[in-house]
Amino acid sequence: MARAATTADAFNAVAEPRRRQILDVLAGGERPVNDLVSLLGLAQPQVSKHLRVLREVGVVDVRKDGRQRLYRLNGHALKPIHDWVQSYEQTWSERFDQLDVVLQELKEKEEGDGGSGK
Amino acid sequence: MVGVASSGTATVTLPTEDQILITREFDAPKELVWKAWTTPELVKQWWHANRGEVTLAEIDLRVGGTWRYVSVTPEGFEVGFHGEYRKIEPYDRLVSTEAYEGIPNPDENATVNTMTLDGDNERTTVTILVQCPSPEVRDAMIDSGMEAGMQDAFDLMEQVAISLR
Repeated sequence: MARAATTADAFNAVAEPRRRQILDVLAGGERPVNDLVSLLGLAQPQVSKHLRVLREVGVVDVRKDGRQRLYRLNGHALKPIHDWVQSYEQTWSERFDQLDVVLQELKEKEEGDGGSGK
Repeated sequence: MVGVASSGTATVTLPTEDQILITREFDAPKELVWKAWTTPELVKQWWHANRGEVTLAEIDLRVGGTWRYVSVTPEGFEVGFHGEYRKIEPYDRLVSTEAYEGIPNPDENATVNTMTLDGDNERTTVTILVQCPSPEVRDAMIDSGMEAGMQDAFDLMEQVAISLR
């Protein structure tokens, strides 16, 4: 449908919990595939498959370093998701801060009604 | 208990491709959270999120009953939401639909929100699972939210770039 290819694919890519784990690890810096295999306790073919999906949507980049291939996070590809979550989170946080005030008033009123004199 | 210290910021995650999950802990028993959530005069005090005021809060709290909130920003921009209650388990769980009136066909694109209250006599964890009718609707929410939140986004740009590295 009208699903914007790049963003939708990034959403798909991070919807998978294992792939999110991979991104968490790569957020700490570049890693070869073997590191990911041992850190996540997954078989190499599985890790490679997830890496392929992540690379296809541009969330992960790879470069050759001698005989190794090093994978790293490309934060820009995740930025749309990150931005949205942050602004959504902010709206709810502000609502909830107001709700804290309402709740405090309700508590004080109840304590008053109960005659505890606090 | 001293002070009104906030119990933390909301946590938002995207657990699957068509869901949004919001959690937050409150320094109050769940009976009071339920009351603040389902009483119109109280909803008016918190739903605005500091971006104007709630001009209308209607709640018909029964299965099949409807709710509608309208808020107005200081610039005069009106935002309405409405929905229908699907399940009501007082103090524990509230399932309702939520339609945003600012888009075409709000009811077709409505989400189903399950609010769960968990806790003891002192504290309550509120969890809201927003189930979108399809991944496309969730992505559309995200796209529209991105436009609305552009100003915030600009401010966050540097922070984001750093945190994602």
